[in-house]
Amino acid sequence: MPLDILLQQILNGLVQGSVYALVALGYTMVYGILGLINFAHGEVVMVGAMVALSVSQLLLAAGLPPLLVLLLSLLAAVAVCMLLGYGIERIAYRPLRNAPRLAPLITAIGVSIVLQNLAMIFWGREYHAFPQMLPSSPHILAGAVINEVQITIVLVALAVMTGLLLLVHRTRLGRAMRAVAENPSAAALMGVDINSVISITFMLGSALAAVAGIMVSANYGIAHYYMGSILGLKAFTAAVLGGIGNLRGAMLGGLLLGLIESLGAGYIGDLSGGFFGSNYQDVFAFFVLIAVLVFRPSGLLGERVAERA
Amino acid sequence: MRNVPDSLLHPGKRNAWLAFTALALVLLALPFATDALLGRGWVRIADFALLYIMLALGLNIVVGYAGLLDLGYVAFFAVGAYCYALLGSPQFGLHLPFWVVLPLGALLACVFGVLLGAPTLRLRGDYLAIVTLGFGEIIRIFLNNLNAPANITNGPQGISMIDPIRIGGFSLGSTHELLGFTFPSVHLHYYLFLCCTLLVVFVSLRLEDSRIGRAWMAIREDEVAAEAMGINTRNIKLLAFAMGATFGGAAGGLFAGFQGFVSPESFGLTESVMILCMVVLGGMGHIGGVVLGGVLLALLPEALRNGAGPVQQALFGKTLVDPESLRMLLFGLALIVVMLVRPAGLWPSVQRRRELIADDGVVQQEQDTVYDSSK
Amino acid sequence: MTAANKALLELSGVGKHFGGLAALSDVSLHIRRGEIYGLIGPNGAGKTTLFNVVTGLYQLDEGTFTFDGVAYAHCKPHVLAEVGIARTFQNIRLFANMSALENVMVGRHVRTRTGIWGALTRHAAARNEERAITQRARELLRYVGIERPHQTLAKHLSYGEQRRLEIARALATEPALLALDEPAAGMNATETESLKALLQTVRASGITVLLIEHDVKLIMGLCDRVAVLDYGKKIAEGVPEEVRRNPAVIAAYLGGEPASPSSSGEEVGVEE
Repeated sequence: MPLDILLQQILNGLVQGSVYALVALGYTMVYGILGLINFAHGEVVMVGAMVALSVSQLLLAAGLPPLLVLLLSLLAAVAVCMLLGYGIERIAYRPLRNAPRLAPLITAIGVSIVLQNLAMIFWGREYHAFPQMLPSSPHILAGAVINEVQITIVLVALAVMTGLLLLVHRTRLGRAMRAVAENPSAAALMGVDINSVISITFMLGSALAAVAGIMVSANYGIAHYYMGSILGLKAFTAAVLGGIGNLRGAMLGGLLLGLIESLGAGYIGDLSGGFFGSNYQDVFAFFVLIAVLVFRPSGLLGERVAERA
Repeated sequence: MRNVPDSLLHPGKRNAWLAFTALALVLLALPFATDALLGRGWVRIADFALLYIMLALGLNIVVGYAGLLDLGYVAFFAVGAYCYALLGSPQFGLHLPFWVVLPLGALLACVFGVLLGAPTLRLRGDYLAIVTLGFGEIIRIFLNNLNAPANITNGPQGISMIDPIRIGGFSLGSTHELLGFTFPSVHLHYYLFLCCTLLVVFVSLRLEDSRIGRAWMAIREDEVAAEAMGINTRNIKLLAFAMGATFGGAAGGLFAGFQGFVSPESFGLTESVMILCMVVLGGMGHIGGVVLGGVLLALLPEALRNGAGPVQQALFGKTLVDPESLRMLLFGLALIVVMLVRPAGLWPSVQRRRELIADDGVVQQEQDTVYDSSK
Repeated sequence: MTAANKALLELSGVGKHFGGLAALSDVSLHIRRGEIYGLIGPNGAGKTTLFNVVTGLYQLDEGTFTFDGVAYAHCKPHVLAEVGIARTFQNIRLFANMSALENVMVGRHVRTRTGIWGALTRHAAARNEERAITQRARELLRYVGIERPHQTLAKHLSYGEQRRLEIARALATEPALLALDEPAAGMNATETESLKALLQTVRASGITVLLIEHDVKLIMGLCDRVAVLDYGKKIAEGVPEEVRRNPAVIAAYLGGEPASPSSSGEEVGVEE
């Protein structure tokens, strides 16, 4: 494969990886604090995109300038998703905190089915064109093409991730979060309000999901009620790849998975002698997932913890 | 006293026999009664309900007995169905007999189960859920895409004109006259599926009350303790996984032969979730509950399909929500509500009911590690 | 050495690390066939870690571990259960939602054979085996003194009964070595007394017992020999009387102040 196409695949991979990283952070934060896979997280991403879609259509029709519309629809999506995250935790997870593991997992599946179908009822089955609010003139970079939307995605993802790291490591709230993740009962004894820390964690994760949802839709120009589930699954893979519960791991895992997918899809035709095409792109994430879980279940940056007998 | 019939001395036993006989008669007469009262379409629905019950019972071995959450169960159903479809249709011009392809499909599903389970069963429960979910998707993606460059699965169009189930010279695909009764194809399938379902129930009951069944439940209760008691947890879990997969594969073969057509669409995540719903809603680990869950969830969508449209028409003057999304919406809500309000399901076994309501520390202890047992 | 006092379990130079922390270092001990061997030490001394190494839950990092003359490094717990090491857990780990009887029946798993085919057909051999399992389980429940209906769920038993049920379940595996992790924890004086009697019966039946315990009275009154762990090292070993007077042991328990031997007896083993 020529070098410029290779570079193109890497750029595409980085853009997609930034999105995965943001979504993966949501999984990893909840997992770190509750030890639970928030199955409904992918649907939160979808809701974020859909809300942004509706708000931006409305405001653009009212004649507001595109950049302002983008900002407002982002705010709306973030607000709705935070509320949603809060609600999911209160309804589906909090009552089951001491239940057997299977129980919250099943309610989570329930929540994601409900969200998906509510979205289908609200927004219909069809693919919606996502309004273009950033200029998307192509720039040529050493033979590869990248546009403003993609540049913005990578930059915003970087900014958000840096902000999150600062929040977790430099603030009182972050310290409380880490304390709850380490040992909930001890944190409670030290006066940390566990319930609100958990709520805030869900809300933060959901805010990131909203941002990611807008990014995906803006990048592909499409929003759809079904977009969340496969994206969620891949982002979860990214979180596992990096080491679930580990923030930096989620970021690394997201970027890596984006690259693996993009390069894999680009080369699979050559590698399999044309038998498999790029329509197998979605399979890579699952193979990565299975491989990581089998060979290094703690992920790239995770520590292996021995069980207490 | 000598002349008093045994049944009078044991009224409980007699009642059980009466109930059993009544149930048998109802099950035997069901297709004819349904046909006469509701129409032939409902006999077909009953056939599908039986298939779903088989699937739910198969999944129950994995989820209910051994406590392993499998979200890609439908993949095994797909393997069985496609095995039948590929070997008994014009796709490759192969028309192998039913009694070859059905066991072969079950066996192949079992092999897939072992291949998937062997590396992943040491993972903790929620990881297993994700891996199985991913596996289900992989199978579906392959079925969807293995039509080019070499056409194996015929892609999204699926495979049609699949041979009907034929036992000896007796084809279930056509109407037969027996003992003065007319048996249309759907009725014949009903009886075949009923037999298969009863067989699966029998197998489940026998397994539940056996050395292997106890080992499964011990693993579900506390895997570390189970292993310390000498249970080779990996093999025993694999056995549950393989058994479940085998039932799934067999049900898939029956499905293909009955429907005459398979396509990747029938094997999505939605189907996996639906089967899981049957197990969870009915009552994990309790055969009666699982059967109840299967019956309810197989019939509910049909009732919705027939009822929801007209009701909405009457209320709002148009169809606001299509029955399909209403069905899924209700499934999702049911999963949440049941877990919150009745965590052991609608009809739980006595033991399981007590378990899911109480919060015990045993489960909590496993929170800190990816592995179930340390390396 | 005669057959009677030959080592059943022998550890030499055993080490186990968690990250940088040495939970066990260079621990050697040998447990003779037919004795009751006590393992004591302050909290965090590595007793349970040692237990987990012996029962396969942890793999040792250094040293060797032989049982009945065969080396078993890096074996899974179920293998060790099969060769004859059975255990109980410090924080009771019963199959909470199975009946008392079923819990013990699970213990018979490793000594029985019926597979899927037997379960389905219930052929004569399978039926006989199942009957034998049930019968043996009932015997064991009576043996450890559980009087309640055997169908009672494990979690509905009293605390003392749960401890005994764990012992019954372990005995069901026909162990040569019964390893008990603080079996008297949380028991009252009467319960402890009957536990002591039970363990003496168990030993009399030819089973070797390895015991971790905090109740010093129980250890001293029951054990033939005692080893003391502190910070992952063995600091003393011998008959109870000797160990009790050992200055290093007293220091470990009381924090570096060797007390006079005569007054130390009751203090040893007091936990803060």
